[in-house]
Amino acid sequence: MEILFYIASIVAVVSTIMVITRLNAVHALLYLVVSLLAVALIFFIIGAPFIAVLEVIIYAGAIMVLFLFVVMMLNLGKIAVEQERRWLSPGIWIGPAILSLILLLELIFMFAHSSQAIQATMISPKEVGVTLFGPYLLGVELAAMLLLASIVGAYHLSKRKKKAKHRFMEETAE
Amino acid sequence: MLELLWLIPALPFAGFLILALFGSRLSRQSAAVIGVGSVGLSAILTLGIAIRFISSPPADHAFSQMLWQWISVDAFQPAITLYLDALSLVFIFVITFVGFFIHLYSSLFMYEEEGYSRFFAYMNLFVGSMLTLVLGNNLLLLYLGWEGVGLCSYLLIGFWYKDSENGYAARKAFVVTRVGDTAMAIGLFLLFTSFGTLDIQKLLQQAPQEWTINSTQAVLAAALLLGGAVGKSAQLPLQTWLPDAMAGPTPVSALIHAATMVTAGVYLIARTHVLFTLAPAVQTAVAVVGALTLLMAGFTALTQRDIKRVLAYSTISQIGYMFLGLGVGAWSAAVFHFMTHAFFKALLFLGAGVIIFVLHHEHDMFKMGGLRKKLPVTFWTFLIGSASLAALPLITAGFYSKDMILWYTFAGEQGNDWLWAAGLAGAFITSIYTFRMVFVTFYGEAQAEITHKPGMQLKVPLIVLAVFSLIAGFIELPHTLGHLTLFSHFMHSALPPTEVLHESVSLELLLQVIAAIAVLLGIYIAYHIFIRNRSIANNLTASGPGALLHRFWYSGWGFDKVYDTLFVNPLVWFAKINRNDFIDLIYTGIAGTSREFHRQLTRTQTGRLRWYATGIVIGAIITITVVVYL
Amino acid sequence: MISIPMEFGLILAGTLFVLGLIGLMVRRNIIFVLMSIEIMINAAGAAFIFAGAKWGEPDGQIMFLFILAMSAAEVAVGLGLILQIYHKFQTLDGDTVSKMRG
Repeated sequence: MEILFYIASIVAVVSTIMVITRLNAVHALLYLVVSLLAVALIFFIIGAPFIAVLEVIIYAGAIMVLFLFVVMMLNLGKIAVEQERRWLSPGIWIGPAILSLILLLELIFMFAHSSQAIQATMISPKEVGVTLFGPYLLGVELAAMLLLASIVGAYHLSKRKKKAKHRFMEETAE
Repeated sequence: MLELLWLIPALPFAGFLILALFGSRLSRQSAAVIGVGSVGLSAILTLGIAIRFISSPPADHAFSQMLWQWISVDAFQPAITLYLDALSLVFIFVITFVGFFIHLYSSLFMYEEEGYSRFFAYMNLFVGSMLTLVLGNNLLLLYLGWEGVGLCSYLLIGFWYKDSENGYAARKAFVVTRVGDTAMAIGLFLLFTSFGTLDIQKLLQQAPQEWTINSTQAVLAAALLLGGAVGKSAQLPLQTWLPDAMAGPTPVSALIHAATMVTAGVYLIARTHVLFTLAPAVQTAVAVVGALTLLMAGFTALTQRDIKRVLAYSTISQIGYMFLGLGVGAWSAAVFHFMTHAFFKALLFLGAGVIIFVLHHEHDMFKMGGLRKKLPVTFWTFLIGSASLAALPLITAGFYSKDMILWYTFAGEQGNDWLWAAGLAGAFITSIYTFRMVFVTFYGEAQAEITHKPGMQLKVPLIVLAVFSLIAGFIELPHTLGHLTLFSHFMHSALPPTEVLHESVSLELLLQVIAAIAVLLGIYIAYHIFIRNRSIANNLTASGPGALLHRFWYSGWGFDKVYDTLFVNPLVWFAKINRNDFIDLIYTGIAGTSREFHRQLTRTQTGRLRWYATGIVIGAIITITVVVYL
Repeated sequence: MISIPMEFGLILAGTLFVLGLIGLMVRRNIIFVLMSIEIMINAAGAAFIFAGAKWGEPDGQIMFLFILAMSAAEVAVGLGLILQIYHKFQTLDGDTVSKMRG
């Protein structure tokens, strides 16, 4: 079973690399879905089936589809790809890559001290649910409020043809 | 009655507050009523307290009244406490009475002036501060009054501030006295670190127990206090400010720069006499300073043309006598001379003020002349004051007080023949320059026209002070003349008596006769030169060495020039080359650097999301590196 | 039962996170920026799952749930903003729409 974990890890990393290098937004999104699915598999392997399912449904499913919708609505097409190509000259990758590599090495160096193994004990959805609505009830309510706020916010922002401009926006008539 | 002591300084302060706050809205009459009235009430109160104090003295011949705790920090607990004993009683008596008459005089003298209520506000503040100075029971309160009178002196010298010369004079007075005040402040620090208290009576009790005679600390403390006294009392080498202080209105010169403030140094030394007894070397220095000052100022006064400057140098000279008295341990004699001097010197200044007043601000004596007939009251009172200043024997107060100092200088335990000789020479010179002033001003031909007559407010103070200048001496008569010791007996509750080495009536009589002859000779010389034959004076000053000496004396022995070269000019030079203030460079440098940093940092605010993200990453790397790996 | 070294799981999470970071720093298109942020959020959540699995406690999963909720909210608002920006400026370039220049 461990081999599955490692394969899934490699898939996740590779597909994530593909996400950040793609020129076409739709391609990138599809790679992102693959990456999320691989991560979901990893979650399943280490004993978090509930989260694995949520990862597939909400992340790979709902959120990514939302992205896709938006990208399609904007209908970027070939011009956008050309633009991306101009923006992503090879030189631009060097700085961020070095910085990130340093950060990663530091993180790895930190983790290298502990050599404990994860014993994949299965934690059932029931256990998660009991804890979620037990000690973390307040957190759940806060999350609910956050979601409500985001619904209102998203609705407000997505409205077109509004006269009152958002304060971040330039004062231009539409 | 004694419980009302606090009102004595409080009344002038109240007057000051009213005049300072509402002065601009008050009419001249009401400003005068408040200004003169507050000091007048203080004077009446002082009289009542003095009668009560003398008729039934309180325990230990001292009365102290604590008003409130001023500061309370650990062992440092100075209180606002008033302390009344014989010494402070004499001082408050002189301050309030002479002060009252000078205020009364000012009410007419200053009537035409702009800033009438401001003048009285300053004057009241001065009187209050001076009373605080002499009534304070601890050195810190004394120092408060000390600086308060210094401030008032500054304000009043520069009263006619529109003329920048007066501003310079005020500044000079302030800065020069500050030299002495700094020494005094250091002296107070030394006393506090040694004894843990600034309460004068406690200090005077503890000092002889803890310090041996001539111990370094005692000498240092006494010397530093002497520094303060020398600055305030315009003695050598800090005397240069007083002649210039005459730039102020004449009543100010009379009250502050003759009768009261300049004698604060005398008060300080008398008050802390125990410290000076513990440091005989410094006490001798006091006497030497006094002797040198009185000679130096006397010679300078001989050559001055400005009537007020003559009086200013004579003040320096007379305070030199007081220092001489203090230096030889004749404490009571010095205080006695202070009192008589306050009367006759205030009188002389006020008289000079009348002359200046009626002659339209004419200060040059040689342009006056022949005023004897035109100003009879002024003439006679001025003559009395001059006689008292010159110590005309038997009838004037100045004779008795100066004679007392001279006697102790010669015969006292710490006396010295040389000091006595200096004092005698001083008396001789004093009589010459005093009567030179009288003869030049009042005799001879009239040089200027009188435009208006002095009013009652000017005459009454003159008459009263003239009476005091005559009779004040009779409360203390020497052995040869009735031997009345009312004053010194009264003072002995506060100041120790002076030990006399050779008590001999015949010797005393001899000395008095010598002094009297010196004075009369001086008057005769003045008469001969300035009335009978003016050409003598002109010939003297025209020739080579005489002219040189005249110039030298006229400039006040060149002190101003020396100080200018030594201190003022280098400082001015430094200020000039440092016009852009190199210390400011540090601050402008800091400001410039931070502005430059700001400019550089602004450039990092590109508004680009990616750039900010990079910044966050760099920050994260640094933070992790520092926290985890270092 | 399987046994995976703890540090490997965390290194995986760290790698994903860092990849998201690179994307954030490199891309100008704000849709890609938003995607990079999603990658980073997901990586952070994964770290919680690994830690929770290590101790055999459900708390790590609950944290992931909260992160999920937050992520969903963020995407909703973020996409709304992207739409508005595109309508206003006819571009998705994060640099041209910037009003934050100091």
